[in-house]
Amino acid sequence: MSDVAIPHDMEPHPLTGMYNGKFGIWLFLASEVMLFGALFSTYVLLRVGAPEGTWPMYGQEITTGNQILNVSLAFVNTLVLITSSVTMVLSWAALKMNNFAKGRMFLFITFALAGVFLVIKFFEYKGKFTHHQVVLKEPLGVDGEKVITSKTDKGERKIAVVNGHAENFGTWEEDGYLLIHSDPTESHDHSHELKIEADKIKRATRWGPNASTFLATYFTLTGLHGIHVIGGMVVILYFVLTGASDWKKRPEKYINRIECTGLYWHFVDLVWIFLFPVLYLL
Amino acid sequence: MSLKAFHVFFLAVSLLMTLGFGVWAIRDYLDAGKQSSLYLGTGSFVVAALLAVYGVWFLKKLRNVSYV
Repeated sequence: MSDVAIPHDMEPHPLTGMYNGKFGIWLFLASEVMLFGALFSTYVLLRVGAPEGTWPMYGQEITTGNQILNVSLAFVNTLVLITSSVTMVLSWAALKMNNFAKGRMFLFITFALAGVFLVIKFFEYKGKFTHHQVVLKEPLGVDGEKVITSKTDKGERKIAVVNGHAENFGTWEEDGYLLIHSDPTESHDHSHELKIEADKIKRATRWGPNASTFLATYFTLTGLHGIHVIGGMVVILYFVLTGASDWKKRPEKYINRIECTGLYWHFVDLVWIFLFPVLYLL
Repeated sequence: MSLKAFHVFFLAVSLLMTLGFGVWAIRDYLDAGKQSSLYLGTGSFVVAALLAVYGVWFLKKLRNVSYV
C-alpha cells in the first residue's frame, strides 16, 4: 500500500499562509493565551480587592510580592528560560542549515535548561513550605511580632502576626504552645526563638497556597506554568531521542516539528517573562 | 508568524523586562540599601546589553529565513 500524502503537511496552505502543523500550534497557543489571561485577570481583581494589610500576607505593610518571595532565584530562573529560548531557536536554525548534530545538541541543551529551571523552582517552593505564619488573636508585644491596622468595609482591625520557622508545627495544639524561630526584624538582624501559647493563636499555617490569597494565586500561576515546562520537556526529549530516524526519512518534516515545538517553548518562556514582574516586583 | 519572528518579539520583550528589572533593583538598592539589589540591577543591565548584541547577530544570521 502506497503512502497517502497529506495536503499542506509541509508546504503553506493558500488560505492560512502556513503549513497545517504551524496553524494548529498557533490555534493552541491562542487558547493558552485565554487560559493564562483569565488567571492574570483573576490575580489583578483579587489584588485590587484585597483589604489593607493582607497582601501579600497578613501583617505586611508593603504590598509587593518581593517581601516574601525570593527575587534572586526568580531572576536566575528568568535568565535560564531566556537562554533556553535562544538554544531552542539555534537548534531550529542549525537544522535549517542542514546540521542535524548541532541541532540535536542545542535541543538537548534546551531540555537541560528546562530541568535547571524546575530544580530552582523546587528549592523556591521548598523555602515556602518550610516557612510558617502565626496569626495571633491579639497583639502580644513580643519581639518579632508585626502589628498593622487593616481597613475593611466593616471598619478597622488590628492584625498581629509572627513569621518564621516553626519547630513543633504539626503538634502545637496538643503541646499547648508553638515554638517558632521568628524572621529577623529591623531591631534584630537574626532570628530568635519565641514560645507562643496555643490559646493565643488564631491561625498557624505554612506559607503554602492556603496561607494567603497572594500565595494561592502565586502557586496556581507558577504551578500551571511549571506543568507547561514539564510538557515542553517531554516533547523536546521525544524529538532528541527519535530525531535521527525522523531526520533520515523526512528532514523537512522534522524541521517543521522543531519549529512548532519552538513556538510553544517561546510561549511558555514569554508567560514567565510576564509572571516574574507581576508576582515578584509589582 | 514563524519561529524567527516570534523569537525577535520574545527578545524585545525580554530586553524591556531586563531593563525594567534593572531600574527596579537599583531603586531598591537606593531606597533600602540592599547590596544584593545592586548586584541584581547591574547583572540585569549586562544581560540587557547581551540580549541587544545577540538580537543583532541573530537577525544577521537568519536574514534569509522568512518571518512568515
